[in-house]
Amino acid sequence: MTQTRRQFVGHGLAVAAAFFGLPHLASAAQVEEALNAFTGGADMADDGITLIAPEIAENGNTVPIEVSAPGAEAIMLLAAGNPQADVCTFNFGPAAGSSAASTRIRLAGEQEVIAIARMPDGSFKQARQNVRVTIGGCGG
Amino acid sequence: MISRRHFVQAAMATSALYGASGFGNWSRLSAQQVLSQEDLIGTGGPGNVTLIHVTDIHAQTQPIYFREPEFNLGVGLAEGQPPHLVGAEFRAMYGIEQGSALDYALTYDDFTALARTYGKMGGLDRIATVVKAIKAERPDALVLDGGDTWQGSLPSLRTRGQDMVDLFNLLGSDAMTSHWEFTLGSDRVREIVEGGGLNPAFLGANIFDAEWDEPVFDDYRMFERGGTSIAVIGQAFPYMPIANPGWMFPELSFGLRRERIAEVVEEVRAAGAEVVVLLSHNGFDVDRQFARDIPGIDVILTGHTHDALPEPLQVGNTFLIASGSHGKFVSRVDLDMQDGALRGLTHRLIPIFSDVITPDAEMAAAVAATRAPFEAEMSEVIGTSGSLLYRRGNFNGTWDDVICNALISQRDAQIALSPGFRWGAAILPGQEITREDIYNVTAMTYPNAYRTEMSGEMLKTIFEDVAANIFNPDAYYQQGGDMVRIGGMGYRIDPAAESGNRISNMTLLATGEPIDPATNYVVAGWASVNEGTEGPPIWEVVEDHIREQGTVTVDPNATVDVAAG
Repeated sequence: MTQTRRQFVGHGLAVAAAFFGLPHLASAAQVEEALNAFTGGADMADDGITLIAPEIAENGNTVPIEVSAPGAEAIMLLAAGNPQADVCTFNFGPAAGSSAASTRIRLAGEQEVIAIARMPDGSFKQARQNVRVTIGGCGG
Repeated sequence: MISRRHFVQAAMATSALYGASGFGNWSRLSAQQVLSQEDLIGTGGPGNVTLIHVTDIHAQTQPIYFREPEFNLGVGLAEGQPPHLVGAEFRAMYGIEQGSALDYALTYDDFTALARTYGKMGGLDRIATVVKAIKAERPDALVLDGGDTWQGSLPSLRTRGQDMVDLFNLLGSDAMTSHWEFTLGSDRVREIVEGGGLNPAFLGANIFDAEWDEPVFDDYRMFERGGTSIAVIGQAFPYMPIANPGWMFPELSFGLRRERIAEVVEEVRAAGAEVVVLLSHNGFDVDRQFARDIPGIDVILTGHTHDALPEPLQVGNTFLIASGSHGKFVSRVDLDMQDGALRGLTHRLIPIFSDVITPDAEMAAAVAATRAPFEAEMSEVIGTSGSLLYRRGNFNGTWDDVICNALISQRDAQIALSPGFRWGAAILPGQEITREDIYNVTAMTYPNAYRTEMSGEMLKTIFEDVAANIFNPDAYYQQGGDMVRIGGMGYRIDPAAESGNRISNMTLLATGEPIDPATNYVVAGWASVNEGTEGPPIWEVVEDHIREQGTVTVDPNATVDVAAG
């Protein structure tokens, strides 16, 4: 009888954090800093990079993310709303068959996932997608 | 304290609210043209490929009443667009005369009076008659089922979907996709699909193994018909583990997977498909966005959101067909193929008026056989309805008002929650309510009526979350249900507001006081997606309530105040 509520609360916490500003998450400054460290503040193109993430996460603890940017030598992933925004950076050597990677990441709530690719000519490309983490239970 | 004023604005209605009989044209109904089966079924258009689409029947083998929504707000690109038109706007868009048979079938106005005139709709035996008539003309016609087929009635619940599997085999279903099917549990779905007893191809290009990220079922099926190669790609409901209990199918992952669907479209084209059909359970707005974003789909047979549209909606070179729900309609789509490409499309939304279309004897007998073991139980009269009881609407439905009242009275709660399901047949005022009728709005596999405490803050979180799923301006973030229904509490909603700011003025109706974020309230509800939820099944709670009441009457719902521009 009480189990219901506990589970509801568990499910709801991430969302509650987003709505009520509970202990919140990476600051915009932290995301900015990570971006600058990778790009040196350079402009970023929006084409030539594909980020595939679910629109609504089935499980915020393990969200599948795919990214590809043909020809890129490195791709950085950021989760803009996590306590630590920096997720990882994939480096692709000359022998890499393709500049693509997939992984699973944990998201602390609804937020933007950002992928930035560094190209061999020193230019940068970015892709962003919002991923919702919801309580669910109401589709019918 | 909370008025319905904004409801009127939201609907842009110049006509009446519930029960108001301001039209004065009911007497004209006596002059209605006499409907005939031949006129309803009609004939097809030019072409050599015919598709027959049925979707979201929710195990309704019997003719039923089903009232289309009075409130069906579109947001973002869908604002003011079909299918988000109701009542007068809908009639104006499609040239439907008020008080006509199609008005009854497709809108909500004067529902009770029109229902008494035109009778119940649907019935699988009538659908079989229509399918056979089309096949008599086009023996090659494909029968495609958009899913939500195996759930929604007492027999389907008791037989774990077997009744509907057998009946749709008999109907001649060629392919299907899915949603509520998985609430039977993935083991049961696999048993049906892999057991050899399911005739239609079970398609879902977006159903993946959660661990290995690989497709689980067939993505598509190729059909050769009339010298044409047709690819039917299946798209199951994308938000299965979020909107329904993920623990019932823990090894499966769903999602929109539009990149994947685009790949499958390319794959079937490369394999020689001249026509590509997406048999979808995405919901209409998502499918409209798919049509914009994914090239190469000729026809999307939409499902999930229960919309019925008398005409196809064209987006680029893609035609969207919306065939309603609960067996009310069958869509016939004729494709004119020339030189290996689609040159023309004719669509006919066939309304299944049960008093006009003769039942098919073979299907009627098969349906009766599936119902026989439960007939005595289902037919028991529990009470009488004093009001029109219906499900559909963005914010409330009178059936859910009854369910919320039952939860409050039977579970001694301050606040009741009922999920925003879109399935469930309507009951007319004065109609007896049988046990079958109660199951028709409650029959599912996670029915436990919980009783718990929730803080005001948690209630706000839940309502904001659901509102963000329904009114997200980006269709890809919508899950397709309606707002969670509420009893004992009122609130104001601004669907166009930012996420987290849509819900305000939450009020405990018993005292008229604002909901306090820090106070705990006793809340009863049902259909929790959490494993291990305890409580009696909701149909018992509702049955006890209706027995106590004798005649169930619900007052016009004044608890939700909708802000609209």
